[in-house]
Amino acid sequence: MTTSNPKSVYWKGVTDGAPFMLVVTPFALLFGVVATEAGLNVAQVMGFSVLVIAGAAQFAALQLMVEQAPTLIILATALAVNLRMAMYSASLTPYLGKAKLWQRALIAYLLVDQSYALSQMKFENEPDLSLSARLRYFAGVITPVAPAWYAASLVGAVAGAAIPPEFALDFAVPITFLAMIAPALRTLAHMAAAAVSVVLTLALFWLPYGTGLLVAAVAAMVVGAQVELWMGRRQGARI
Amino acid sequence: MSMSTGMIWFIIAMMGVGTFLIRFSFLGLIGDRPLPEWVLRHLRYTPVAVLPGLVAPLVLWPAATGGAPEPARLSAAVVTLAVGYFFQNVLAAIISGAATLFGLLWLLG
Repeated sequence: MTTSNPKSVYWKGVTDGAPFMLVVTPFALLFGVVATEAGLNVAQVMGFSVLVIAGAAQFAALQLMVEQAPTLIILATALAVNLRMAMYSASLTPYLGKAKLWQRALIAYLLVDQSYALSQMKFENEPDLSLSARLRYFAGVITPVAPAWYAASLVGAVAGAAIPPEFALDFAVPITFLAMIAPALRTLAHMAAAAVSVVLTLALFWLPYGTGLLVAAVAAMVVGAQVELWMGRRQGARI
Repeated sequence: MSMSTGMIWFIIAMMGVGTFLIRFSFLGLIGDRPLPEWVLRHLRYTPVAVLPGLVAPLVLWPAATGGAPEPARLSAAVVTLAVGYFFQNVLAAIISGAATLFGLLWLLG
């Protein structure tokens, strides 16, 4: 359906984004609880969730802070988790690159997995959408998602303070990460990258300050890209 | 956490700035130029390149047991991965993993 009425494009975004509240809320709750258990106060938890809004990177930073990794390693590793967002940014640029600077800055701040996935799909399926309609759709999608993220972080942080430390939540972070990784193992290339990441990190665990993980991550990215190329060539050869 | 308050806020601020710059990169600074295919090809694999390595030592050598592999946590990890992989559902994977962990911890005392 092509919608020209700007108001209805916004509301289409809201209804498309609303189901993702169910995904975002438990993550944010969990982050609030785990971060509080790790020793952050409510303001710091909210600092993370408002300034960073990127669940996986927040969990990664938290884990490395608990392990007392050096600051530079914490930042490099957690930001590496967010590098995929450069790809989101690049892929939305043809559709939104002509928006005003403040609009692009606001979109960048709110460019999370959910707002990216829905907008990219919408813009690709409806190439005739005007720039203002695209902006309204993006605004609509993020309207339910971002507030749910903030609010659930706050609830988690406040609740976390009330949970006694005996309820060891040490394994909440690994479980969350595994749950995020598993559905991402869609192709042989993704599996190869994940396998290299695991094996090299374990093999290089003796390296100081968690630098082994960074080395492993770079190697895993290269392997993923190479396997993708190789699979593409094999498919090409068969046709 | 033994980290100072100032250091915690420094990390939060730098992560905020860094994450924003990553998101703003092409939209804001580079504009409408296409990204080389080889760059996109590598960026596609960043999450599966970083997260598995981060999680592997936590699963095999959990701090809670002083670094000794432990059946409840290992089983929880396997169940989480399997449910996430076969059902493509993050929430279902978390819930099954947590249920396995707490169930086994309770059973094994």
